[in-house]
Order: sequence, then C-alpha cells, then structure tokens
Amino acid sequence: MRKNVGRKIGIFLLLKGLRMLTLLVAICFISFLLVKNSPIDPIQAYIGADMLKVGPEQREKIAEYWGVDQPVMVQFLNWGSALLAGDLGTSMIFRRPVADVIGERFINSLVLMLTAWVLSGVIGFVMGVVSAMKKDTWIDRIIKWYCYTLASTPTFWMGLLMLIVFAVWLGWFPIGLGVPVGVLAEDVTIANRIEHLILPAVTLSIIGVANVALHTRQKLVEVLASDYVLFARARGERGFTLFWRHGLRNVALPAITLQFAAFSELFGGAVLAEQVFSYPGLGQATVEAGLRGDVPLLLGLVIFSTFFVFAGNLIADLIYYVVDPRTRESRML
Amino acid sequence: MPILEVENLSISFNQYTSSFKQNNIQVISSLNVSLEEGEILAVVGASGSGKSLLAHAILGILPDNATISGTIYYNGEVLTASKQASLRGKEVAFIPQSTNYLDPLMRVGNQVRTSVKTGDATAAQRAVFKRLHLQPTVENMYPFQLSGGMARRTLLSTAIVSDAKVIIADEPTPGLDPVVMKEALNNFREFADNGCAVMLITHDIESALTIADKIAVFYAGTTVEVAPVEDFTGDGEALRHPYSKALWRALPQNDFIPIPGSQPHPSALPTGCLFAPRCKEAILECGKKQPEMRNLRNGMVRCIHAT
Ligand code: SF4
Repeated sequence: MRKNVGRKIGIFLLLKGLRMLTLLVAICFISFLLVKNSPIDPIQAYIGADMLKVGPEQREKIAEYWGVDQPVMVQFLNWGSALLAGDLGTSMIFRRPVADVIGERFINSLVLMLTAWVLSGVIGFVMGVVSAMKKDTWIDRIIKWYCYTLASTPTFWMGLLMLIVFAVWLGWFPIGLGVPVGVLAEDVTIANRIEHLILPAVTLSIIGVANVALHTRQKLVEVLASDYVLFARARGERGFTLFWRHGLRNVALPAITLQFAAFSELFGGAVLAEQVFSYPGLGQATVEAGLRGDVPLLLGLVIFSTFFVFAGNLIADLIYYVVDPRTRESRML
Repeated sequence: MPILEVENLSISFNQYTSSFKQNNIQVISSLNVSLEEGEILAVVGASGSGKSLLAHAILGILPDNATISGTIYYNGEVLTASKQASLRGKEVAFIPQSTNYLDPLMRVGNQVRTSVKTGDATAAQRAVFKRLHLQPTVENMYPFQLSGGMARRTLLSTAIVSDAKVIIADEPTPGLDPVVMKEALNNFREFADNGCAVMLITHDIESALTIADKIAVFYAGTTVEVAPVEDFTGDGEALRHPYSKALWRALPQNDFIPIPGSQPHPSALPTGCLFAPRCKEAILECGKKQPEMRNLRNGMVRCIHAT
C-alpha cells in the first residue's frame, strides 16, 4: 500500500513538473516579447546620464556587444540556448552574471519574505481563531474591521506610513537599505541586518495577516456550526477542548494551504515593500531591471519568481494530498 | 417517577427576513412527553416536522437564535442550562443520525474514546467495538471510510461507553438494510432492558412499533397523542387522536390510505387545533383554540372529543 502511495505521488509530481515546464516556456516568451516591444531603449538605459557623451558609433558597438541589433527571434533563441546550458546571461546594469545577482538578492529577500510569511501566518491564524470563537462580540468586530481595512490598503502606502512613524518620527529603526550606510561589508553585524529587516517585514506581515485571518475565521465559523461540533457539544465537550480537538485540525490545513498559495502575493508585496524601504532584495532588482530595460536580469527574475510561486502552489497541493486523510487514505483503499 | 419530563416546551427561532424585519418562527409548541427508566419512547412524526429540535432542546445545544419556554425536569429537578451542561455526555447521551456528526479528520476510535468519562478509554472503546462486532481495524478508520452499518455501530458505541442513563437517538434507522436495522433496534431494546431510558426520534413508525413501549405522535411541532404501543392494532380504534388513527391506517400493511393535505408550515400555523384543516371530525370549536393535552385511558391526547 505504501509503495502505491509513493508511485501516485511520483506521477502527481511528474504531471506538475510538466505543467511547470510549459508554463515557464510560455512565460519566458511572453515576457521577452513584452520587454522587446516596450519603449525602453536598453542601450540608453544602460548608459544612463552619460548618453550625451556617447557617439553613434560607440552606441552601435555597445549594441553589437550585447547583441541588441539582431532580430528578436534570434535574440530569444540565443538566450534560450544559453539558458538551457545553465547560463542566465549577464545583467546589463550590474555587469555581473544574472545568476549571481539573483542569488545574492534572493538571500536578502528570503529572510524578509520568510519572516513576513511566518509572522503573518501565525498572527493571522490566531486572529481568525479568536474572531470566530468570539463571533459577534466586540473583539470579533475589531478584528474584522482591521482585516477589511488592511485588505484594501496598498503595501507601499503602509510602508511609507511605517517609515514616517517608526523611522522618521520615532527614530527606532533605520530609514532604509539592507545594511548601515558607510560601514564596510565585513563589519556589518547580524544585529545590523535584523534592524534593517524589521520594518519591511512588519509592513508585509501587517498586510498579509488580513487574508489568513478572514479565511480562518470563516472556516472556523463553518466548523463550529457543523454537525460534528454539535455532536461533540452533545457529548459534553466545550470551550478550548472543543476547539483543540475538532476546530484546530479542521481549520489548520486550509490555513496552511492558503499560506503557501499566497506566495505570489507575498512576492508582489515584497516588490513594493522593498522599493519603499530601498531594501536590496529581489523585488527592488525587479523594479530596476524593468525600468532600465535589463532584459537578461528581468527574464532571469521572471523565471525565478515563476519557480518560487509555483513551488508555493505545489507545496499547498501536496499538503492536501498527503495530509488530508480523505484524499490520502482513499487512495490506499 | 419519570426520569425525564418535558412540559409545555415551545421553541421558536428569530430570523431576519430583511435587515430590519425580524420574524419569529415557532417550530415546537407546547410539547409534552415523559420518559421512564427501562422504557423506550418513540417520538414519531413526518420528516421535517422539527422533531430533532426536541433532542437538541433536552441537551441544551440549540443554536443561539432559538428561544425556548416551558420546563424540562430531570429526575424531578428542573433542568437548567448549567445542569444540562454537566449532564451532557455523562448522564444523557445523544446518538445522531449520520457520519456527518463525526469529525471528518479524526480516527473514529479516538472519537469514541473521548466519550469515555472514567477509566481506561482505549480498553473501553475496544470492548464496545468487540461487543458490537466491529473489526479492530475500524478504530483506525476515518468517518468517510465507514459503511452505513459500521457508522451506525460507531455512533452507538459513543453512547454505550458513556454509561448514560438517558439515551436520545435521532433518526437511527434511515438508509440501513433490514439486517443492520434490526440489530440497531435490538441494541436500543438492550439499553432499555438494562435500565436506561431511551427516546427514539423517528419518522419510521413501523420499526418504532417493533421495539417501543410508548409512542408519542408528533404533528406540526407538538405531540398530539401519547399511547402505549399495544394500542396500535386493528383499525386503530384504540387510538385517541384522529391524526394517529390516520397515520396508522396509512401504513402499507393496513389500509394504505394517505392522509389528504399536508402539515402546516411553522410560519403559518392554524390558530386552533393544528390538525383541524385536515381533520374529518373537526367542528367549529376546533378552530378556536388549541386543545390542551389531557390524560385519557393510560395515554394522553390533544383533541376535544377523543374518547
Ligand atoms: S380537536 Fe377537532 S380538529 Fe383537532 S383533532 Fe380533535 S376533532 Fe380534529
């Protein structure tokens, strides 16, 4: 029986992998075309303010160097074959291999997103549970009001607000960046990094809480009105025991799944938050790559973020597949 | 003395029809029943007539928007909300109708064990499974894996392990094949023979008649008659209420004549006798006010000229 389950999961993963692959190819192609057809001139973006000093000849040389003068399809294929060989190309603005840039930025972003993800997940879940258990009381109303307000708050606005209050007025946290200004890289301490991380992470969590909280509340309200909770009450269970035995297990799974599926929103939120806080993460790199027409970097980021979001969804699916006895054990029968 | 006595129980629900208008729907009105130890009382009535709410009211697990009036006595004492809370699952056990009442994500063995109040829960659960001929593997199953018969026996086990004195079963027989059904009914008889008081809430009058001692006939939210089971015989001449008689005659093995008309909806109850619109013996008097429940020949009836 166990073997059977293993095989089923294998097939499941294979199918998902295929889907991922086709999705990636499509996304690469579309983004490539989009960037190519955008009004941004990559050479101008590359040279920036020095444009006036560059003559047409030099310009051509640069174009030739980067291969910008070739037909679009050729460029795409060049890039595609290099990609298959494991080479993401060289970023125009950082003048370093794209893989390196993404790797470095990802570490920064990962810490930020992970912190925000765990914080918003845990706090949101607790809020949802409290809200549902105390349904229609003042605390439920406050939590609901908070969530609805937040759900309609743009991340960058919340980020600015946090900056103004905690960094500018109160001066508790640094105003931006990932590390202190004017300190040598080797002198930057973990404490320094954490200090710079707190505001963006809190901003992301504050916004991320709403979704999980409202969803958990809704689920738990349903569970509490279910026949099996009625029966549990008929057998003398109540309060916290009742929640622990029947509420938690029926609510936790959807909440965890939702949290994994929210990777895309997390990524989107990080882009904005990093921009506001000048935090040197993936999000900020994406914005720069987009604005300055850095095609290799932008495409590398697109591939990477697709992977990232896809992984989140895959984990969400897998959890349901493996953890929920209704899907797990029916496969074993 | 009855162990459980329900006197003039009424239940109504507040419903918001729009954001400003509130509707009060009376689903049970002045209901009377009593339950003795060692006896099975079957509360019989058509589906959807609010019978389950009687069980929920006794257990004190009605939803918040329900208003109840009337009195319930347990062992001669008034059953208050806090008393209900302390009796639930200990002295009064509830047997629900389907696996929907089991937690879908919890193994059934564990769910039965949570009903054990004293001693070794696992041992108690295994013993009762053995007694009810449930395979030892069943305890590790989830509710969705149970067959109808297994589900039935699992639900029953929760009541058995709780050692309750009063057992209230809600529609315990629908969808069961005849063998399982017979077994289920025998289990209830066994409960009663061991000194428990059993209340069987069902729409299945035929199977109720095979094991019950007393039948309470439920119509439009109230009991119209309580009769010893022996009275359900012949043409129903021993029965007291026109509805019970009609119900009896409507059975396939009797005349098989359906009762014309349908039960009134709780939001449009007649002012007088609830059965008046369908009663052949109705007179002007019947439409004026609802007749009181009165004792008659070792039973009870709610009809002005029953004899
Ligand atoms: S009270 Fe009148 S209407 Fe009601 S059952 Fe008796 S005879 Fe029929």
